[in-house]
Amino acid sequence: MARTGRRKRDRLRWSKLYTFSCLRPSVQLETSDTGTASLGGPGFSRVVHCNQPRLHYKKPLKYPTNYISTTKYNIITFLPKAIFEQFRRVANLYFLMAAILSLTPVAPFSAVSMIAPLAFVVGLSMAKEALEDWRRFMQDMKVNSRKVSVHRSDGLFGYKHWEKLRVGDVVKVEKDQFFPADLLLLSSSYEDGICYVETMNLDGETNLKVKRSLEVTLPLDEDEVFKEFKGVIRCEDPNPSLYTFVGNLEYERQVYAIDPTQILLRDSKLRNTQYIYGVVIFTGHDTKVMQNSTDSPSKRSRIERQMDKIIYILFSVLVLISLISSIGFAVNIKYYMHNWWFLQPDDKDNKLYNPKTPAISGLIHLITALILYGYLIPISLYVSIEVVKVVQAMFINQDLQMYDEEAGIPAQARTSNLNEELGQVHTILSDKTGTLTCNQMDFLKCSIAGISYGVGSSEVEMAAAKHMASHSDFGTSEIEIEPSTPITPVFERVRKSTIKGFSFEDDRLMNGNWTQEQNSGTILMFFRILALCHTAIPELNEETGGFNYEAESPDEGAFLVAAREFGFEFCKRTQSSVFIRERYSPSEGPIEREFKVLNLLEFNSKRKRMSVIVRDESGQTLLLCKGADSIIFERLSKNGRTYEVDTTRHLSEYGEAGLRTLALSYRVLEESEYLAWNAEFVKAKTSIGADREAQLERVAELMEKDLILVGATAVEDKLQRGVPQCIDRLAQAGLKIWVLTGDKMETAINIGYACSLLRQGMKQICLSTAPSDPTQQDAKKIFLLSEQAAKENLSLQMSNALQMVKLERDPHAAFALIIDGKGLTHALQDDLKDRFLELAIECASVICCRVSPKQKALVTRLVKEGVGKTTLAIGDGANDVGMIQEADIGVGISGVEGMQAVMASDFSISQFRFLERLLVVHGHWCYKRIAQMICYFFYKNIAFGLTIFYFEAYAAFSGQSVYDDWYMLLFNVVLTSLPVISLGAFEQDVSSEVCLQFPALYQQGPKNLFFDWSRILGWMGNGLYSSLVLYFLSISIFSSESAFRSDGQTADMAAVGTAMFTCIIWAVNIQIALTMSHFTWIQHLCVWGSIASWYLFLVAYGTASPLISGNAFQILVEALGPASIYWISTLLIAVVCNLPYLVHISYQRACNPLDHHVIQEIKYYKKDLEDHDMWKRERSKARQKTKIGFTARVEAKIRHLKGRLHKKLPSITIQTVS
Amino acid sequence: MSSSLASSSNLDGSDDTSPQQKQSKKPKYSRFTQQELPACKPLLTPGIVIGIFALVAVLFIPIGLASLSASEAVVEVIDRYDADCVPNDMHGKELDFIQNSSTNKTCTRRLTIPKTMKSPVHIYYELDNFYQNHRRYVKSRSDKQLLQPSKEAETKVCAPEGNTPDGKPIVPCGLIAWSLFNDTYQFSINSGSIQVNKKNIAWASDRSHKFSKDVYPKNFQKGALIGGGKLNESIPLSEQEDLIVWMRTAALPTFRKLYGRIEKDLNANEEITVVIENNYNTYSFGGQKKLVLSTATWIGGKNNFLGVAYLTVGGLCLSLVLAFIVLYLFKPRTLGDPSYLSWNRNPSASTD
Repeated sequence: MARTGRRKRDRLRWSKLYTFSCLRPSVQLETSDTGTASLGGPGFSRVVHCNQPRLHYKKPLKYPTNYISTTKYNIITFLPKAIFEQFRRVANLYFLMAAILSLTPVAPFSAVSMIAPLAFVVGLSMAKEALEDWRRFMQDMKVNSRKVSVHRSDGLFGYKHWEKLRVGDVVKVEKDQFFPADLLLLSSSYEDGICYVETMNLDGETNLKVKRSLEVTLPLDEDEVFKEFKGVIRCEDPNPSLYTFVGNLEYERQVYAIDPTQILLRDSKLRNTQYIYGVVIFTGHDTKVMQNSTDSPSKRSRIERQMDKIIYILFSVLVLISLISSIGFAVNIKYYMHNWWFLQPDDKDNKLYNPKTPAISGLIHLITALILYGYLIPISLYVSIEVVKVVQAMFINQDLQMYDEEAGIPAQARTSNLNEELGQVHTILSDKTGTLTCNQMDFLKCSIAGISYGVGSSEVEMAAAKHMASHSDFGTSEIEIEPSTPITPVFERVRKSTIKGFSFEDDRLMNGNWTQEQNSGTILMFFRILALCHTAIPELNEETGGFNYEAESPDEGAFLVAAREFGFEFCKRTQSSVFIRERYSPSEGPIEREFKVLNLLEFNSKRKRMSVIVRDESGQTLLLCKGADSIIFERLSKNGRTYEVDTTRHLSEYGEAGLRTLALSYRVLEESEYLAWNAEFVKAKTSIGADREAQLERVAELMEKDLILVGATAVEDKLQRGVPQCIDRLAQAGLKIWVLTGDKMETAINIGYACSLLRQGMKQICLSTAPSDPTQQDAKKIFLLSEQAAKENLSLQMSNALQMVKLERDPHAAFALIIDGKGLTHALQDDLKDRFLELAIECASVICCRVSPKQKALVTRLVKEGVGKTTLAIGDGANDVGMIQEADIGVGISGVEGMQAVMASDFSISQFRFLERLLVVHGHWCYKRIAQMICYFFYKNIAFGLTIFYFEAYAAFSGQSVYDDWYMLLFNVVLTSLPVISLGAFEQDVSSEVCLQFPALYQQGPKNLFFDWSRILGWMGNGLYSSLVLYFLSISIFSSESAFRSDGQTADMAAVGTAMFTCIIWAVNIQIALTMSHFTWIQHLCVWGSIASWYLFLVAYGTASPLISGNAFQILVEALGPASIYWISTLLIAVVCNLPYLVHISYQRACNPLDHHVIQEIKYYKKDLEDHDMWKRERSKARQKTKIGFTARVEAKIRHLKGRLHKKLPSITIQTVS
Repeated sequence: MSSSLASSSNLDGSDDTSPQQKQSKKPKYSRFTQQELPACKPLLTPGIVIGIFALVAVLFIPIGLASLSASEAVVEVIDRYDADCVPNDMHGKELDFIQNSSTNKTCTRRLTIPKTMKSPVHIYYELDNFYQNHRRYVKSRSDKQLLQPSKEAETKVCAPEGNTPDGKPIVPCGLIAWSLFNDTYQFSINSGSIQVNKKNIAWASDRSHKFSKDVYPKNFQKGALIGGGKLNESIPLSEQEDLIVWMRTAALPTFRKLYGRIEKDLNANEEITVVIENNYNTYSFGGQKKLVLSTATWIGGKNNFLGVAYLTVGGLCLSLVLAFIVLYLFKPRTLGDPSYLSWNRNPSASTD
């Protein structure tokens, strides 16, 4: 019975300690309660029979099972749905039509040559879809088959798969397990029915939340008692709101109101609590987390959508020339056919060519022509793009510089069809926790008795220091932050200690040295506050013999670790006491001291402080208080302000460095004073009524005054490696970065500072609704009223802010918009959202805090649709799934926080910093590659396809092609496909280092320089020109009017067609060689190999039986090869085709070079090595002017300093904090 | 959205997280996967641009001159005879004339040789407005039948000239063969006849591999409609070179086909008498018929276009060379000059 033993140990009555959040409406519901008045009405119809899941097997109480499915298809729907998806592509539909028609005799080609490529393309895409869906299915299966302990009958519990869970089941969830469904908490291992929940997956918040059961269900804390348990829950219908719940419990003939604090949501995790019992209320897709999820949309890149438009244009051209063809055909049939005796026009079986019915012939011919000119619309384009994207994705997956050595996870392109979109991103929407930060707090610095300790510095400080060192004269305004290679950030902090949560370095305090310090008494107090003022529980780590702490928030954990390292190890908590092992010097043994905890006034976001009242072994009663500096400072006693000035200065330094600060203080209590207060406190605590909370706060307020300031702590919310640098460079690449976090505003702002998204001197626009406290549960009427007022208030705030931004004249002024979830609720409404967006765009950085997953998605949509540019959302948790799916590109951080974000994402990386390489290198390359590839593809097919059309005019529009069927089939499949694939897969305008060094190059993507209409039309014009040259020069030279060989033979159709086709092969391959700027052996092989393969094919085809090759038999060896005119015409036409393009690019490079041209030249002439300074200078200029990020911050600082120097002001002035 | 798997850091959702497997996820280094393959990065420097255009000019102008002179060296005699070979009384009734098998279609023409024509002199007939490239026409042949005696019944693709009305397969079948050109020419000079060599006018490969020496014409031109020429049924197809040449369909509606060769020099100002059997009907579609005598050089027959095109392009490139020299002189730009970078050219543009 080891379990019961452990259980006993945990039987702490937390409610004794907790003052606020364990308030429990101990009486049954008053009927006047507005929240539940509507139960049973529409929207509130759910009835749950606790412990009687059987009642839910039948209607009307039959609710969905706990089985979840996130797949797009199932076995039955896969084929129809996937095929439908495939044929939503215009081109595929056209090819399908063509393939069907190719089965009829009107087709100019054989059916196989039409159907096979289509089947290949569609099959490939469908196989990809199927694979992706299979992965999702396996993921679902894994979740569905997790096990949970469920009450079976007679007080016996057994394990069941999650998917078997029904509404009404009683489950027992153990520590660190996820809740399988939305539960009503009945009881926990703690006697007073509280439990800790981590809601990371729901809202990204890292603080543990305290949930508490109803008083009445407290006795239900043994397996056996569920034998008899019965109750009915009436509550709201499934809805996506995570923070509300309306319902009541009918138990033992009484009705109790249930509020959100009794509800445990699926996908949150039980922490610090051995077990809980709960009743399933919502299952499967009814759960709040599932209600928050949205269907994963199929995304298509911007380029692909634009490509569709080109396809439409080409389709129109196709229809046009087909119409011309068929009209020409009909005219020929009508007026000339009867003259053409050699065609036997009067043949009775002749329907297609019957001169009596030219209209019918024309119509039938229209179909023939549509198929014949189908080469204008390249089916192989899709195959090639798929192939290229797979290769590109492979490069992303294989990139060692995006491989996380520690986690062992490489980057992964989960969907390959968005590669090029990576090069066009305009706005990045980022989650905070787990994405920017590691969700780990490190104790970094402290200020005790007015002296700042801790020599470690945050990343911002290091950058600034580095800069100051390298530019000791402030003569130049160019700021050089060494971009270096991204894999080894220069600023990587080398830390001596590897203790998690502790990065403090200062020998003055370590190893007991603090006893030598002047104010050792104050330091002692400081350490005691760290060790005592918290709500954590120690847990013995059996491996190391040390303690781990299970704290509500990571800060607290960091404090305890720090205290431990300073020699104040918190080792035990009992119902009423905290035990500390104190060790004053390393040589001494520890002394265990007991501190009686008399009261605990815990933290909430309104109070912004927490206090404990303890009595030490000597009987002295102390109030220890830690809290936000402003709160603490206003509660200091007159003689407690000794260190206020120094501490304030330190605090502002810490804040600027992006550290989270708390001020620590204490107060010595007289016994009588305490007793008097405690009496009042107990009275308040046991009072009944709505104002109890207010009373408690008022009483707590009485105690938390006349404090003596001890010092302040600075904790670093540890950023992931390289995050500030990455943000800096992304900002320099011209990207906008928004942070959307579920966390508190203060935390978000801290991180804003740490990432340099915020800095001093930036004007912060904080949009929030009138200070309404979250615990407020007023009557609905007032609520509605205030809702309206809040909205108006917000609207006013936004107008004012906008006014201010618009009137700002200082070019260096930067604004930051900070908005919380409540504000966002209003700001996202239709009438305000445009103004909100306008304001947000004007601001350099935007931080949204306390946003729900749904709001994240809504903000993403607002940006996506409002700005009309590409958005990228990056996040790691389930709460980011909505935004990841909503954004044009979703990137998941494959960290430790589960897989939902990754599963929903299009790309996954294991660290935020890899985003830079993903976008600036891979995105840039992929964008250019795909854009060039598509342009070239259209060029190539226009050049080829139109020659077929021109020939028709000379062949009475009969639908005969001058080329052999095989040539045409091979044109796209073999002869020109590999060069274009090599262009799409391997082209590099500049090397990856240069991409990283010149972030401005990235802007070529968002500005869409390589796929705008002028460029597309230019390429199409080039195709048109080439087709004209190819056809008319060939025909003029090879016109069968005179012999083409020295022995007098004239050219027949096969010879003309083959010669013309040779010219096409040369022309398009030389064209692609001119397009490429990067030749590895692969490109050489592909381009020159394609040309060679054409001749090889001709030889091989010519050697095959004439039954296969027809008139092409021996054509190269016998007919064309010995004819010099064949070779010199090829030379002429290939040159003429490419001459204008060559002139164009030569002229452009000479007079109007693009950035990458100049950089290519610099690299070519190795100027970067000769003239280091120039290279460095250009690199720094190549950054987009930005107001966020490191560099901007350092610049701002320098401006500030320069301004001061200019004014010859004394160097020490009080820094302005705005 | 599904519940998370805190324990699993795998991307593919599989269960294994042992260190070894983690290690194996590390991409292997290769210059290919890291996109670091050695590459040549050619650059269009002014030197190269001018060099390319100069090279083209230097290459093209001689070729153009050479081919132009070769073309000029070709002596060509063209005689259109379709109109003149209709008796005067039949003008306006050319169709009746040509379709009536009893009329005398012999016609005598005199040609003057303008310049000495070195042997061999190629004899061509040229037709106009004849759509040998019409789809109905092109498809109407059976290669199998021509090659294999056993496949003589494979005439489906030859419709409407596959079988005789009584169902026997026609060899060679199809519209192409059926419309075989059948004018004949006889040359004489000063009343001495000139031998026309009709051997080797077709491709050797056609004779050896496409038209079998075991297949003989059968049921040819026996149907209701008589198209063009008839074939001697005792000569195998491989030796029917006129047919083989005809079956090589022309790409354009105006075409010449080799008729034969005169293997003797024709001197300047000599007058040649040609006796033409004007059998072939081009009158119904208004096509011209021409007799062409031509010599050939290394570029084949007369082809001024090629030379002119080469010279034009060569000249164009020469002017491009000049244009670019002027451009580089007047708008010089040091390659790799950073002042041309967009942020240096219009600094305001990069301010976002």
